[in-house]
Amino acid sequence: MKAIVCVKQVPDTSGKVAVNPDGTLNRASMATIINPDDKNAVEAALKLKDATGCKVVVITMGPPPAQGMLRELMAMGADEGILVSAREFGGSDTFATSQILAAAIKKYGVDADDVVFCGRQAIDGDTAQVGSQIAEKLDIPQVSYAADVKIEGTTVTVKRALEDGYMSIETQTPCLLTCIKELNEPRYMSIKGIMGCYDKPIAVYDYNTLKDDPLIDPTTIGLKGSPTNIFKSFTPPQKGQGKMLEGADKATCDELVAELQKKHII
Amino acid sequence: SGVWVFCEQRQGELQPTVLELISEARKLADDMGTEVCGLLLGGKGVGEKMAKELGAYGADKVLVCESDLLETYTTDAYAKVLCDTVMAKKPEILLIAATNIGRDLGPRCAARLHTGLTADCTHLDVDVEKYAAFLQDASTLPQAQIDALNREDRNLKMTRPAFGGHLMATIICPRFRPQMATVRPGVLKKGEYNEAKANAVVVEPVAFELSEADIKTKVLEVVKEAKELVDLTGAEVVVSVGRGISKDVETGIKLAEELADLFGGVVGGSRAAIDSGWLSADHQVGQTGKTVHPKLYVALGISGAIQHKAGMQDSECIVAVNKSDSAPIFDVADYGICGDLFKVVPMMIDAIKAAKESK
Repeated sequence: MKAIVCVKQVPDTSGKVAVNPDGTLNRASMATIINPDDKNAVEAALKLKDATGCKVVVITMGPPPAQGMLRELMAMGADEGILVSAREFGGSDTFATSQILAAAIKKYGVDADDVVFCGRQAIDGDTAQVGSQIAEKLDIPQVSYAADVKIEGTTVTVKRALEDGYMSIETQTPCLLTCIKELNEPRYMSIKGIMGCYDKPIAVYDYNTLKDDPLIDPTTIGLKGSPTNIFKSFTPPQKGQGKMLEGADKATCDELVAELQKKHII
Repeated sequence: SGVWVFCEQRQGELQPTVLELISEARKLADDMGTEVCGLLLGGKGVGEKMAKELGAYGADKVLVCESDLLETYTTDAYAKVLCDTVMAKKPEILLIAATNIGRDLGPRCAARLHTGLTADCTHLDVDVEKYAAFLQDASTLPQAQIDALNREDRNLKMTRPAFGGHLMATIICPRFRPQMATVRPGVLKKGEYNEAKANAVVVEPVAFELSEADIKTKVLEVVKEAKELVDLTGAEVVVSVGRGISKDVETGIKLAEELADLFGGVVGGSRAAIDSGWLSADHQVGQTGKTVHPKLYVALGISGAIQHKAGMQDSECIVAVNKSDSAPIFDVADYGICGDLFKVVPMMIDAIKAAKESK
């Protein structure tokens, strides 16, 4: 049994988001972090390892510096890392990304008792699509929005969050779960983990590694293989400067109420 | 052909956000000269129960797939029936509400259908003139770029916020069909109920193949959590609290409730307030919470991180009370008061009461 976790390195959008004059995102100005939901996915896999002694494999697609993130996850307890990286993979939308990641997971091998973990969504794209799409390409069942997971043998029971409650779902391995922050509290790296993380193996899968998979084709990966394209990107106009009401006393509140009355809000 | 809407129902209840999608689909279909078709999957009798209402908001036709196996949502059953129907009838456009269920189903289907899916859209256009007018209003693009748009383009232009609303992106799917989008609930406006259209709707049962063996997940139970439902997206007034109430949480929430009650509104909160356990998760406004655009939004002790602003900046009028005059919330506020909310809000409540009495 093993746990395969898909992780993404993302710009930290919780800080200041800088936009270039041409309207594109200034990525260079932002720190990169492990996508928060993916950390919950890694923690879920590590919990499974704690319980069963299974192997935890972390996979990411991105430029070579993303290896640093894989080392961090190994310091948390992951056993092996896979970096999927090639020029041909650049510019992929969610469809193309899931083609590539599914091919990488197939290359590594999915056994009958394996579980694939993903985060619900990445904070840079916010699509929440890649997990479901990988499950479809691997032809395995999925449960998204996992808020609680129990795995006993090949039976997986998941509490799946809904807006106003939850569904309790049972499925069999191999399956894919997308994790939300309510699932767990990700652990820290341990000193021992940090000391040992550079001795653990990282494999690099490039275009040649994966090109024989039917999922990998110039028409299904990268910019050209992506069904969706960006037509326009633009910045919304700044809202006109609001009115700061001076002082914080009764007169200020009366003034505010008068303004709201003028606008017929009260 | 046609514009399709996946009509999400849960346990026999139509999700209200579907009517927003139907209304939007009507506009798109009129621009394209085609029909609006609702795709309804559910247990026996859902068609009879829901088709009229879907018609009233703009559906010309409702395709109904009924089976005991479709009574409760499962990814496998819904994806199979939806994809088989789409492949048989080939719609131009397929819209799905970006609920927890829609965001599970949409990508699974897009992958199977080999087409593009744009997530969490907030604006849709087919007609280029209308899209150009939208850009003039909602973007800082130079006029020359807007004028240069190809007027013949008939692709669905799917616009969505990126990076917490700092950037907007319009996505197209030029080479594959259907053009699929999930649409953020509460953003598009529901149209008027039309009795004549409700009576004229065509209900078409669809034949499909589905067996228990197709469904690899088993739903053991569906639990509605017994809590007071907060209708943030439907509220006309939202009073939200943030970290600024930390020194006396109980009083802070009470003040917000009192203020909200005066307007007949509801209380919301920033992620900080939810993560601290002061309010339950269904109160959360922001990128990972709900998007609201009430007539009045009052932000009490909320600094205004972009994730929060993304969920409320389109409110008609925003009032912010914060101790720090450099809080970014003041960048989007129509009226800002720099001060201690525990002192300001009671005065505000008194002033509003006085104003109401003198009316």
